[in-house]
Amino acid sequence: MPETKDINFSNGLSCPIPKSDYDKVLLAHGGGGTLSHQLIQKLFFSQFDNDVLNVHHDSAMFDINGSRIAFTTDSYVVQPIFFPGGNIGDLAINGTVNDLSVSGANPLYISAGFIIEEGFEIEELWKIVLSMKEAANKAGVKIVTGDTKVVDHGKGDKIFINTSGIGLIEPGINISPKNCREGDAIILSGRIAEHGIAIMSAREGLEFETTVKSDSASLNNLISGVLSKTKNVHVMRDPTRGGIASALNEIAESSGKGIHIFEEKISLTEEVKGACEILGLDPLYIANEGKVLIFVPNTEAEGVLNIMKKHPLGKESSIIGTVTEDDPGLVIMKTLIGSSRIVDMISGEQLPRIC
Amino acid sequence: MKYVEEFRDLKTVNNLVNKIRETVTQKWNIMEICGGQTHTIMKYNIEEFLPDAITLLHGPGCPVCVTPLEMIDKAIAIAEKNDTILASFGDMMRVPGSKHDLLSVKASGGDVRMVYSPLDAVKLAKDNPGKKVVFFAVGFETTAPANAMSVLEAKRLNINNYSILCSHVLVPPAIDALLSDKNSKINAFLAAGHVCTVMGYNEYFPLAKKFNVPIIVTGFEPVDILSGIYSSVKQLELKSYSVENSYSRVVTQEGNRHAQEIIKKVFEITDRKWRGIGIIPLSGYKIRKDFEDYDAEIIFDVGLIEQQESPLCISGQILQGFKKPTECSAFGNLCKPEHPLGAPMVSSEGACAAYYSYKKLRTKVN
Repeated sequence: MPETKDINFSNGLSCPIPKSDYDKVLLAHGGGGTLSHQLIQKLFFSQFDNDVLNVHHDSAMFDINGSRIAFTTDSYVVQPIFFPGGNIGDLAINGTVNDLSVSGANPLYISAGFIIEEGFEIEELWKIVLSMKEAANKAGVKIVTGDTKVVDHGKGDKIFINTSGIGLIEPGINISPKNCREGDAIILSGRIAEHGIAIMSAREGLEFETTVKSDSASLNNLISGVLSKTKNVHVMRDPTRGGIASALNEIAESSGKGIHIFEEKISLTEEVKGACEILGLDPLYIANEGKVLIFVPNTEAEGVLNIMKKHPLGKESSIIGTVTEDDPGLVIMKTLIGSSRIVDMISGEQLPRIC
Repeated sequence: MKYVEEFRDLKTVNNLVNKIRETVTQKWNIMEICGGQTHTIMKYNIEEFLPDAITLLHGPGCPVCVTPLEMIDKAIAIAEKNDTILASFGDMMRVPGSKHDLLSVKASGGDVRMVYSPLDAVKLAKDNPGKKVVFFAVGFETTAPANAMSVLEAKRLNINNYSILCSHVLVPPAIDALLSDKNSKINAFLAAGHVCTVMGYNEYFPLAKKFNVPIIVTGFEPVDILSGIYSSVKQLELKSYSVENSYSRVVTQEGNRHAQEIIKKVFEITDRKWRGIGIIPLSGYKIRKDFEDYDAEIIFDVGLIEQQESPLCISGQILQGFKKPTECSAFGNLCKPEHPLGAPMVSSEGACAAYYSYKKLRTKVN
């Protein structure tokens, strides 16, 4: 048994989050905004520090016996667990498949860990299992290992699922936010904010009637189509929690480049627009679960766009912006009325306004 | 989307901008009262279109910003009690009290719920008969009818575990207070469209006359804001000072009579403290004695709370138009949206948060 040593916290190992911030974890620490970033950067990255982690991509990427592997993990705590357009089960498969896909990998094997609250209906668990099976079949991945834990009633929220996945990256593919180059075209695969609005419409206390459905879907097929057209894809991101605004800000920050986008090119359904107006939410910050942002050299953009538009999940694709050397680290949007404004990283969760 | 997109139309915007430029001959300070308008101005960078002669001052119409510290502290003290559910609009939850905010209470195990409507809080009370449900009823005249309605509804349904912590504020007395200050630089007001939807705009005629200021009832889309500015400039240049309705697709002179009656039934006018500004006479609503069973201030004895405002925060100066957020020494360093020292850094409608999110722009996208 390895010898364990007491860690002396008084000796330069004090908590890196200043006392002036928060001494307890808030929901906003998991919201995908500035607070999440601070927590991850200061607590996790600083201590787990290594060459693979430091790339800060959706998946870790490394070589084993000459093969390039992508490896990722994600936990699903969505509430409600059943929502218009999907449930926690297919979301857990699609999300991990997408994290692998946007790293340029072909997703292969998935693990599934279940944390279930005592008293949860077996019938509901069965529905979740079936939709996981269906999502895995659709994406062409196998669920090859798993774990089940049950916690006391009141100690969990029905069910939490963790999925991890591995995939293979073909030679010649090198996708990373750091590869973002001046002049790159930014392609978005469709209409935004549907997942977030669908979830909100079903959440207790906020129920409102809408026909908006979650866009939850596996993107590996759409993305492999793009990569078979060109390997010259610089960056890919699935703009989930925090929406396209957070994804673009992360890319701008880690590449040190500026990102310019055009509001008129970003499409939304009328229902999503209406819900955002009523709730006072900015759709740029609302989660998607079946969309991808793809950065390619301008010369490749039209070709990639055409391929994407032929795919059922990419019919509404459009070029929404470009990468520039101006405004390093910032995302700037030309608004519908022709002015320019900053699209900032959100600090926590969007809070619905009063009036 | 009809009634929205035509008010974000590039051509109409350019038209209005040209008219404003042709009309203005001297410097004018125009204050938009409402935080929703401030948000639109920042979100669409409306100032980019305006001639240098026009300065927009951002008014106190952000309910999150002006709710007094002691009310936030009371809400926090109530939320910390056992067997209590505190329900609140979302953006109140991050407003700093003397020690912490409602989200921190929630993180420590307090039952704090975000709702969209006070009627949802009544439903919470109905569904949780073993708990006392308190709705944090803040806001201007806009939210008052729904908050009053929740009290009437609770009474109608015989729900005895529902109450509201009432901290309502009113726009016209605030305009009076702002203009009565001898240092006031405000030449014209864009009145808050939503407030006028409820109250109408009869109350503004005496103010326009008393202080010689144009008061333009203004909406919340870019075209609305620019129309309001154009009307203000036209009047100022002609030395005319009257009330004008530039939001007639929504607002009538009398307002919503039914909503006003509901307000009158439940609330009466009282002096109210505004955070950062101080007490403004007759500038708020409190719950009438007939409904004191629904008044959380009477139901809950939270004792004496020692209040402590951040000494660095200059929100009062900002809310009265004397200073811009960027003139605050804590802006963007000690005070940020993820760690606000003052309320205007919290809500997207607060001037400081709006400046923080949108005012770092260096170039224009072509």
